[in-house]
This record gives sequence, structure tokens and C-alpha cells, in this order.
Amino acid sequence: MHIDWSTLAAIAVVAAAATVTVVLLVSFALVGLSAGAGRRVDEPGARPASGVAVATLCLVAAGLIVAYGLYLIIA
Amino acid sequence: MDGSLVIVVVVVVTALAFDFTNGFHDTANAMATSIATGAFRPRTAVAIAACLNVTGAFLSVQVAKTISGGLVDETLINPIVIFAGLVGAILWNLVTWFLGLPSSSSHALFGGLIGATWVAGGGGAIYFDTVLNKIVAPAVLSPVVAALIAVGATYLAFRITARADPVRVDRGFKVSQRVSASMVALAHGTNDAQKTMGIITLTLITAGMLAPGSPPPFWVVLAAGLAIGLGTYMGGWRIIRTLGRRVSDIHLIQGFTAETTSTAVILASTHLGLPLSTTQVCTGSIFGAGAGRRLASVHWGVAGRIALAWTFTLPAAAVVGAAASWLAETGTWGVIVVGVTGIALAAGIYVASRSNAVTAANVNDLPGTVDELPRSPAVDLAA
Repeated sequence: MHIDWSTLAAIAVVAAAATVTVVLLVSFALVGLSAGAGRRVDEPGARPASGVAVATLCLVAAGLIVAYGLYLIIA
Repeated sequence: MDGSLVIVVVVVVTALAFDFTNGFHDTANAMATSIATGAFRPRTAVAIAACLNVTGAFLSVQVAKTISGGLVDETLINPIVIFAGLVGAILWNLVTWFLGLPSSSSHALFGGLIGATWVAGGGGAIYFDTVLNKIVAPAVLSPVVAALIAVGATYLAFRITARADPVRVDRGFKVSQRVSASMVALAHGTNDAQKTMGIITLTLITAGMLAPGSPPPFWVVLAAGLAIGLGTYMGGWRIIRTLGRRVSDIHLIQGFTAETTSTAVILASTHLGLPLSTTQVCTGSIFGAGAGRRLASVHWGVAGRIALAWTFTLPAAAVVGAAASWLAETGTWGVIVVGVTGIALAAGIYVASRSNAVTAANVNDLPGTVDELPRSPAVDLAA
């Protein structure tokens, strides 16, 4: 009886890394946008401009990962 | 028409019927949580999933080289065996749909083919080692892996956004969930429509109507894409309700993390060479996303019922496939008896479903209002 443990482990690791990355990027982007709207005043250093900048960076990165996912589906 | 042409036509029609059940059975994978969280309205969700499935069918360039993926001795597979296997898969898909349980259409198909091949060539024609490695082990592990990833992702998402502006967070996750759900639907179209195309193309090749190694003719791509798209648009509302409303109280954040996990696991598995069942991955993700917010908010009784359905998917479809194969091999009348019995059983299940119909209008009803599935007291406490 042969079970392909190494492939299953590789799938788990790659999928976990990709999921956590995308979820972190989107979450931080939303936190940044909230700060951008001046909502997170209790956080020191959360200036509106930097919040929007962080959000933009995170969303661009998340968008690139989604684009790579689309490429994998299509190609 | 001579006998061989008739059986080819029968196989093509049955394969498209299977593709249709595959579509409505699997709408829930991409759209159950989106409908439950309100990211999409029910009709919009199934329409988008249907379009993406059709698009996926046209995008997919890889054609299956074998019908069973190496699970059985392919030399024993003839149109009768394929027909019998498809009948087993369709009937099992309808039974699980009636019960509102998500189950893998591919496993039902493989089960049907295994049963039908067993009758045609005996137990030696089944490669049990491959069945264990490609079906049984992934079936046990993939939902667990998906659930664990979703638990972590959901926990992180809730933790990070806890102090952010709730209105922005909800709006942001709603958009993100739309994107992630659409990715699942597109990936589904490229994988599952292609399976039916493979079956039809290989049947045509076996019958000598196409040269060996030919790509699927355009009408096959079109028919398979439309069958799965139409099935998706019909919406397997019973399964959508189970996954969206009976597993846990799913919030926008969880819908997003569940669908993102599903997309990542499906793409990783497809590209690392061990394709996993979309249904099992998505179901695992939804349970994980539920547990990531609060462990007690998940109805584990529903998980038990789904696990039971998965255990029976392959054997049950195999038994029906074997019976259908045994009858169909007796000749034209056998094929007719199998076809008529299959249609009668399918019609019976459909009629039975009407007495407790689930539609776009009542798909989001909470447990207890109309329901048959057990509800957990934990949710009432949380509410």
C-alpha cells in the first residue's frame, strides 16, 4: 500500500502559505483603509496617509497573487 | 442505426446528464457561503457561477487521457461500462442532492466505473492501490487539511481586523469574497467540464468515430460546457442551504477565508499532481472557517452526516454501476431497461424533493424553521 505523503504535505504547505498570505494582505489593507478614514485614532502612528499607502501596497500584492491564481487556472 | 451507434448516442446523452448533475451538485462549493453572507444574491450567485463554469469549460486545454484516471484496467472499459458507471454516478448524485449533502461527483463517477468494470472483468481489473492513493487517502486528508488552514486564516483575519472600522471591513471582505468565490467557480469549470469532455471524446475514439489522440470536437466542448453551466444555474439549493446555513453561522470574513482556502488548496493540488475533490476541499474549508471564529458555533452533527455520505459515495455508486453493467451487457433490451429504470428513479427523487422544495427564496432560512437537519444548542446560546 503506497500513499503519496510527500505530495500531500507539499499541497498542504503551499496552500497554507498562499491562503495565509492573501488573508493577511487583505486584512491589513482593511485596517489601513480604516486608519485612512481616521477611525483608528487610538493607535499611535496610524496617520491617514500611511494607512492608505499600506492598504494600496497590500491590495496590489493580493491582486498579483490572484492574477497568478488565474494564470494557473487558465494556463 | 446499428447497435454501436445507438450505444454511443446513449453514452453521450448520459454523460451530459451526469455533467448537469455535477453542475448543480457543485454550485454550493463556490457559492454556498457567498449566498449565506449576502455577498451575492442567490440568483446572481448561481448566474455568475454558471457563466464561470461555461468559461472554464472553454478555457481548459487538457483533455483526460484515460477515463478512470488509471483506477481500473482501461482495456476493459467499453461504452456499456461507461454507460453503467455514469448511471451509478448520476443516481448517487441525485440521492445526496435530495438529502442536501455535498459529495464528490468525481468519486461517484469513479465508483460507478469501478463497479461496472468489476462486473466486466472481475476484481483483478480494479487497481486497489491506486484507488487508495488517489481516492481514499486524499478523501480523508483533504477536508482536514483545508479545515486546518481555514481555521488559522479565519482566526488571523478576525484578530487583525477586530479594531478596524466594521463598515469598511464588511465592505472589503464582501468584495474579496466575491473574487475568491469566482475563482473557485472558474477552477471548477476547467476541471469538471473537462471530465465529461474526456469521457465523450474517448467514447467516440473507442467507437472509431474519431482518430485516436484527437482533441474534443467543438460540439463536445460546447455541449459539456452548457450542460455543466445549466446545471450550475439550476442551483443545488438543498446543498447550498446545508453548506451555507447548516454548518455554522457564516460571516463575511469567514466566507472570504473559506473560499480563499478552497482556491489555494485546489490550485496547489492540481498543479502538484494530486488533484483533490473540489467538494471535499470546499466543505472542509467551510467547517474550518466556522470553527476559526468559535469552535462551538459549528454543528458537528452535520459534519458526521456529510462524512457518512462520503464513506458511501464510492461503494454505493459502485453497486449501482455494477448492477447497471450486469443488466446492460445482456444486450439492447438490457440497456433500455437500465435507461428507463434510471430515468424513473431520477424522476421519483425529483418528485419526492418537491414536497420539501428548497429554492432561491428560502435557501437562507435558518435551521429549525423548516428543517430536517439537527441544530446545535450552542448556536442559540451564541445568538
